[in-house]
Amino acid sequence: MARVMLEVRDLTTKYITRYKEDVYAVDHVSLRIEEGKTLGIAGESGCGKSTLALSLMGYYFPPLHYTSGEIIIDGQNITGMKPDDVRKSILGREIAYIPQAAMNALNPTRKIIDFIGDVVRAHEPGWNKQMVYDHARSLFATLGLPAEVLQKYPVELSGGMKQRTVIAVAVTLSPKVLIADEPSSALDVTSQKMVIKMLRDMMNSGFIKAMIFITHELPLLYNVADEIMVMYAGQIVEHATAKQAVFDPLHPYSKGLMGSIIVPESGLRNVKLTAIPGVPPNLKNPPAGCRFAERCKYVKAECKVTSVPLYEVGYDRAYRCVLTETELRRVYQDGE
Amino acid sequence: MKHTINQVFHSGKFVVGFTILMTTLFVVFVYPLFIKEPPLQIIGQGTFFPPGLYVNTYDTINAPTTYTLNLSDAEARRIASRLSQDDRVAMQEWLVAFGIPEDEIDIENTEQLLTQWEANYDPNLRLPGMTFARQRYFQRVNASIDGLLSTEGAIIAARNAETGELEETGVVKLTDFANINDVANVRLLPLGTDNFGRDISTQLVAAAGVSLLIGLVAGLIATSIGLVLGLMAGYIGGIVDDSIMFVTNLFTVIPTFVLLILISFSISQDQRGAITIAIVIGFTSWVWTARAVRSQVFSLRNRDHVNLSKLSGHPVPRIIFADILPYIASYVVMAFILQVSSAILAEASLSILGLGPRTTETPTLGLMMNWAMIYQAHILGKWWAYMPVLLTIALITFSMNLMNTGLDQVFNPALRD
Amino acid sequence: MASKTNLCLSGTGVTKVFGFGRNRTLAVDHVDFAFHEGEIISIVGESGSGKTTLAKMLLGLISTTEGEIFFQGQKRDISSGKKKKEYWKNIQAIFQDPFSAYNTFHKIDAVLLDCIKLRGGDRLPKEEKVKLMTEACSFVNLKFAELTNKYPFELSGGQMQRLMIARIFLLKPKILIADEPTSMIDACSRATILDYLMKLRDETGMTLIFITHDIGLAYYVSDTVYIMEHGKFVESGTADAVILRPQEPYTRRLISDVPKIYEEWDLSTV
Ligand SMILES: Nc1ncnc2c1ncn2[C@@H]1O[C@H](COP(=O)(O)OP(=O)(O)OP(=O)(O)O)[C@@H](O)[C@H]1O
Ligand SMILES: Nc1ncnc2c1ncn2[C@@H]1O[C@H](COP(=O)(O)OP(=O)(O)O)[C@@H](O)[C@H]1O
Ligand code: SF4
Ligand SMILES: [Mg+2]
Ligand SMILES: [Mg+2]
Repeated sequence: MARVMLEVRDLTTKYITRYKEDVYAVDHVSLRIEEGKTLGIAGESGCGKSTLALSLMGYYFPPLHYTSGEIIIDGQNITGMKPDDVRKSILGREIAYIPQAAMNALNPTRKIIDFIGDVVRAHEPGWNKQMVYDHARSLFATLGLPAEVLQKYPVELSGGMKQRTVIAVAVTLSPKVLIADEPSSALDVTSQKMVIKMLRDMMNSGFIKAMIFITHELPLLYNVADEIMVMYAGQIVEHATAKQAVFDPLHPYSKGLMGSIIVPESGLRNVKLTAIPGVPPNLKNPPAGCRFAERCKYVKAECKVTSVPLYEVGYDRAYRCVLTETELRRVYQDGE
Repeated sequence: MKHTINQVFHSGKFVVGFTILMTTLFVVFVYPLFIKEPPLQIIGQGTFFPPGLYVNTYDTINAPTTYTLNLSDAEARRIASRLSQDDRVAMQEWLVAFGIPEDEIDIENTEQLLTQWEANYDPNLRLPGMTFARQRYFQRVNASIDGLLSTEGAIIAARNAETGELEETGVVKLTDFANINDVANVRLLPLGTDNFGRDISTQLVAAAGVSLLIGLVAGLIATSIGLVLGLMAGYIGGIVDDSIMFVTNLFTVIPTFVLLILISFSISQDQRGAITIAIVIGFTSWVWTARAVRSQVFSLRNRDHVNLSKLSGHPVPRIIFADILPYIASYVVMAFILQVSSAILAEASLSILGLGPRTTETPTLGLMMNWAMIYQAHILGKWWAYMPVLLTIALITFSMNLMNTGLDQVFNPALRD
Repeated sequence: MASKTNLCLSGTGVTKVFGFGRNRTLAVDHVDFAFHEGEIISIVGESGSGKTTLAKMLLGLISTTEGEIFFQGQKRDISSGKKKKEYWKNIQAIFQDPFSAYNTFHKIDAVLLDCIKLRGGDRLPKEEKVKLMTEACSFVNLKFAELTNKYPFELSGGQMQRLMIARIFLLKPKILIADEPTSMIDACSRATILDYLMKLRDETGMTLIFITHDIGLAYYVSDTVYIMEHGKFVESGTADAVILRPQEPYTRRLISDVPKIYEEWDLSTV
């Protein structure tokens, strides 16, 4: 069995808002990623994807707070480590994160090399300018980016180049696990493809060992990820291989999401798009039973009573619904 | 709107600034109700009376009742107030220079010291190496210690109307006291008087009021001009924008303060009232408001809600008032507050240079600084002539800047902590 | 089929130049087009290709530098405020970013009341207006009673975009230009928005012009597709022809860059 690069058990984190309310944006999430694999996370806006990404690093700062669960990165359990130690020895080195819209948050008055300098010096305070520069040069060469970019300011770069640079800054210390939150959503298709190629190359060459990729664009996720987890209202509702998740989803919510895929491929023009009516529940006080019950076509009385556990199906599949696999397949068949 | 105001008043910084400003305004309005005399009235004969409670000596002597209080430390206090430690040291110095051996002098023994002094001191003698000023100083000391150890009391005499002779009418004993409530004329001068003998505190309150008014008028003018020009340049664009930007750039290239000095200089002094100065300041400081408003309007104009408003058939004035102004209102308010505080500073700087409003009617904070400077209050150590003014200027501008920071935090959530 | 119906909006040599001297940008470069009544058109291009600029010219929000635009076969005349208002009864828009499309200082009711006013319903009694607004909201599955007295920023992006459609429902224009109506919202809400737009079109028979960078979307919704590159139309035709059998290298590249689920997404060609 392959090496497990990241394992998370029952992780729960919450936001404490300005009005001292708790928002449970990540609720008992468990996952594991093996070496060389990419895990995709899908879900609609506000379901907690970005929060999960933040929580996975084990480094919490207000309003985000740790509640329970364990995080094990390449065999090292970082649960309960002091925030300062996490920042110094884990972030950027073991696990790195590219925040959503990071490319628009770059300080416009600094050069790219300065951002890399920041990351390097956080771990190697003694490095001088020349050492940082040499490191950055070889990093850019490895990642296939032109070295001139190092001396430029963020505004001088095109969107695609800016995003690739942001990724390069994030992986400066060649972390084992990379978390990319919507890295290509703001880009046009061509730049998006270049970003994805860069990430893919990094995985193939072993520069990073595993990746978590977050997006709400399912066709993209299908092409990038080996496995897909579908998130809904802070919980994982389905976990499957990319192929199963797209072509044979089990959970009614996943089914609905997959029904909203549009791609420019023949035949798709005549498929009816399925929109999911309604809105996700408020995470300040989520419903007691299945969180999707309000919007589910197949809801039953029992769905609303107690919380629904994640049922395992076979070795690498799980879903959170009271209906059995066969029942679900049958209702979908009837629907069509 | 209500929500925003609510939020503004939840910002600590704003509230502190606002409270300081309101307190200042309160004092400015309430003080004249109690002290009715005009701020520039000369009451003191002489310059720079120190702060304190001034008791009329004549009324004290003639107070209806005289009380006798036997206080044990009265004599010591009296001596200390007229003969300071410095004076004692100086007297010893003189005596030593005169030729008395140093070990014969005990400066703590007042009686012996005074006897030695009386026996030897000669006001007309200028010892070798002694400056003229020093000689004068010893003459002053000599005069002040005259009769210091007397236990006699002072005799009060009045001139007989017929004979023209002085006749004793009473004796003020060393133990005589008057109740201050019986004294007809007592005047508190909390900040003393200035070089002309005018009450600084009354003047300061009036000056703060006038300076605030100058700030307000200048701020209103600068903000209105800046707003209108910025709106026009930003919304209409094209040639209008180009010409407005041309003028704005001209103003940017010439330092505003130099322009202000030139204009002030070219208006003769008797035409320079406080309001005139305010107008001049207003007309020279709209530039950056105009620039900032223009760039804001520029980006707002391309925002989709403006397009939507157009598509809904709204006329241009309505778009400007309903779709553009509210978005820059917070910004304009902040600009206004800054304009007010910088106009107060500008007036002060102008007046220090002697280019402020004419000096006959109203004081301004800047004029007070100017007077203090011309009459060398800072060299003579008359701190009460300039420190309170400086503090008032600092307090007013500080409160406004605080309000501004508070507003900024409310309107730019990114700055919130 | 499209060519048989009447011309609705067309243009020849339409050009827009921004700035001058070194700052000169040729945003739209001599484009010709002919949109027919009841047709669904997509204009597809990368960001910065000039799509929004063209849309604004079609809407009459900015002037054209060169070229003519024809409305229902006649040369378009929007020289006065009154004529513009008349024109805007026929052509309306939905914008890309729902968060910036509303005046945050006005309540939602104001947006809808404006539409009633533009349609000449200013004098209707209040109940009548409320009825109209309720109907419009329920068309996009919103409850007017819950929205009234609310401010736009209290809604989610998807709700705001639906409210935009409700606005169009009230106005019932002949032409609707939707400039990237779904690019700022997640894939899940996108299906909902498209649903309502298509339903609205089916009810009113209006001409729908989609402006998008999403080729999948263009393929899914449109009859005719125009591909725009650097301000020029490089290819146009029926959706099937353009997307499934693209002739131009630019179109081919664009399509090959889109991640797909049935075909291989070839990453080696970047
Ligand atoms: N700083 C915060 N304080 C309180 N609640 C927050 C905060 N940030 C996010 N939330 C809440 O947490 C939940 C999850 O938000 P999150 O940003 O993780 O969503 P997401 O899935 O990444 O959405 P998107 O696709 O829009 O990026 C939402 O209900 C959101 O309102
Ligand atoms: N108001 C403007 N002033 C100057 N240039 C503009 C303006 N609006 C758009 N442009 C330029 O015109 C080109 C086309 O822009 P736009 O129509 O917004 O493209 P798209 O909608 O396809 O992304 C871009 O190069 C853009 O920078
Ligand atoms: S548990 Fe019930 S409500 Fe929830 S998804 Fe399954 S069927 Fe729908
Ligand atoms: Mg997110
Ligand atoms: Mg655009």
